[in-house]
Amino acid sequence: MSDTANASSTETPAGGPPGALEAVIGLEIHVQLATRTKMFCGCELSFGEPPNTRTCPVCLGLPGSLPVANARAVHFGLMIGLALGSELAPRSIFHRKNYFYPDLPKGYQISQYDEPLCLGGSLGEVRIHRVHLEEDAAKLIHVGASGRIHGSDASIVDFNRGGTPLAEIVTEPDLRTPEQASEWLRLLRTTLRQLGVSDVNMEEGSLRCDANISLRPAGASELGVKTELKNMNSFRFIERGIRAEIARQEKLILGGGTVVQETLHFDPGSGAITSLRSKEEAHDYRYFPEPDLLPVRIEQAMIDAASADMTELPAARAERLRVEVGLSAESARLLAFRGELGDYFEAALAATADPAAPAQVLANWVTGELVSRLGEGEDPASSRVRPEAISALVGLVAEKHVSVGAGRQVLDRLVADGGDPEAIVAAEGLAAMDGGDELAGIVAAALEANADAATRVREGNPKAVGPIVGYVMRETKGRADGTEVSRLIHEQLGI
Amino acid sequence: MIARDEVLHVARLARLALSDEEIEPMARELSAVLDHIAKIGELDLDEVAPTSHVVEVTGALRPDEPRPCLPREVALAQAPATSDDGFLVPSPQA
Repeated sequence: MSDTANASSTETPAGGPPGALEAVIGLEIHVQLATRTKMFCGCELSFGEPPNTRTCPVCLGLPGSLPVANARAVHFGLMIGLALGSELAPRSIFHRKNYFYPDLPKGYQISQYDEPLCLGGSLGEVRIHRVHLEEDAAKLIHVGASGRIHGSDASIVDFNRGGTPLAEIVTEPDLRTPEQASEWLRLLRTTLRQLGVSDVNMEEGSLRCDANISLRPAGASELGVKTELKNMNSFRFIERGIRAEIARQEKLILGGGTVVQETLHFDPGSGAITSLRSKEEAHDYRYFPEPDLLPVRIEQAMIDAASADMTELPAARAERLRVEVGLSAESARLLAFRGELGDYFEAALAATADPAAPAQVLANWVTGELVSRLGEGEDPASSRVRPEAISALVGLVAEKHVSVGAGRQVLDRLVADGGDPEAIVAAEGLAAMDGGDELAGIVAAALEANADAATRVREGNPKAVGPIVGYVMRETKGRADGTEVSRLIHEQLGI
Repeated sequence: MIARDEVLHVARLARLALSDEEIEPMARELSAVLDHIAKIGELDLDEVAPTSHVVEVTGALRPDEPRPCLPREVALAQAPATSDDGFLVPSPQA
């Protein structure tokens, strides 16, 4: 029952020629809420405590115990609903979702079904279908034969995680490409982090994403048969997993086959996609209203409290950075949607009372030069470059105390060792050369060494200046100001 | 009467192992329950909202305050099989 596909075999069909297939993608995101206690009992949430030390009769599913919903989890759910522009249901109820698995002690998960906490809404260009509350399952630790889920004979259940509050956010199928899906997920993650409702740490599982994927002829309005790709725990895996599943379905359809609705698992190591549960059991959950929990009635005071706890969200921040700080729309979006970059930029902006460079120049250094020197997705706040250091460096460049090229060298040093830009400039002799005799002499030498190029420049070919400038920059270790070098070349060539 | 296959499907979902002799009586008993529900279904209930809960109480939420957990040895005491620190179960996919 397992289909396999190679992740690298085919590219996505989206945006292809007429007659091509188009992917339709919807996401289901599970977010562990940052409450102190579990969804339906007073056990504290676990952060690496020894297994089974955060349990009680409720989260162990012992007979006679009764769940009571956590008010703060509801509060966080309402904040998410407000952030997504959802309709907050005046009354919602919990349902039992029935299935047997060792990570579920009661034989059912308490979730919400047809009367969820929040309905509708949107984030960016993607519409939200619903947001509901539920409890997390326990953690299975696989032991025995291979130590992995397949082929091991025994598992140990750790109920510390069981009962952790989750918000499940379900989108409409508005995404079309793997890149768009991961980009949108970054925006959602930033939004949730800004709200303070979750740690949103994908590696530790506090934000998990499933994708529903189907293909259809490009431009068609009907949806094809979808598959559900489970639990991809990094942005990279989400892109690769979705890309691999699109390729698998495309191959199947173009080969005359049909897609079967099923739940799939993507193995990022091998690129293989395997079927997770047998079909007849996957969607037979026999939901019914949870008789042990009362309906949740949302009163105005609860909505007011949720509104009062809202912080500036990425979309609003992008607007403020554009209008009030004067950044380009592109920079504003980038800084707002990658909140850690925005925080860093704003700290750097605040570090200098009367900055020599416009905010846009500082933004370019942060989002361009600095980000390209850090690891993928690395938070600049955890790098060695302090915000006030990059602010000072950008000032030195703006005031032409340091050339752009030398400024990049200073930044290399800051990334490697930290420190103060002015001290690095002094220690490395990177201060800009003024347009004095020394630079004029180097330019003269450059013209002599590149006589052919000099002739062509004189004959009116401005592009030929490249090797001459390159020579000067090499000789001056990038300290020369480009504009000044250009002026001297033209002066010495008499043009 | 509901079909044998349906009985076996529901039994599978409930993790019940029915013997061959049990299947037919089970089909009869389940059918009796369904017939009873079908009888209720004859009523005109268009104007009646679905009743998920018989009482409507509000504010039944719990403050987010920790309460003591069970000591691990107590939590594990009644498990049929344990390892040092957890409940031991057959691997779900073995």
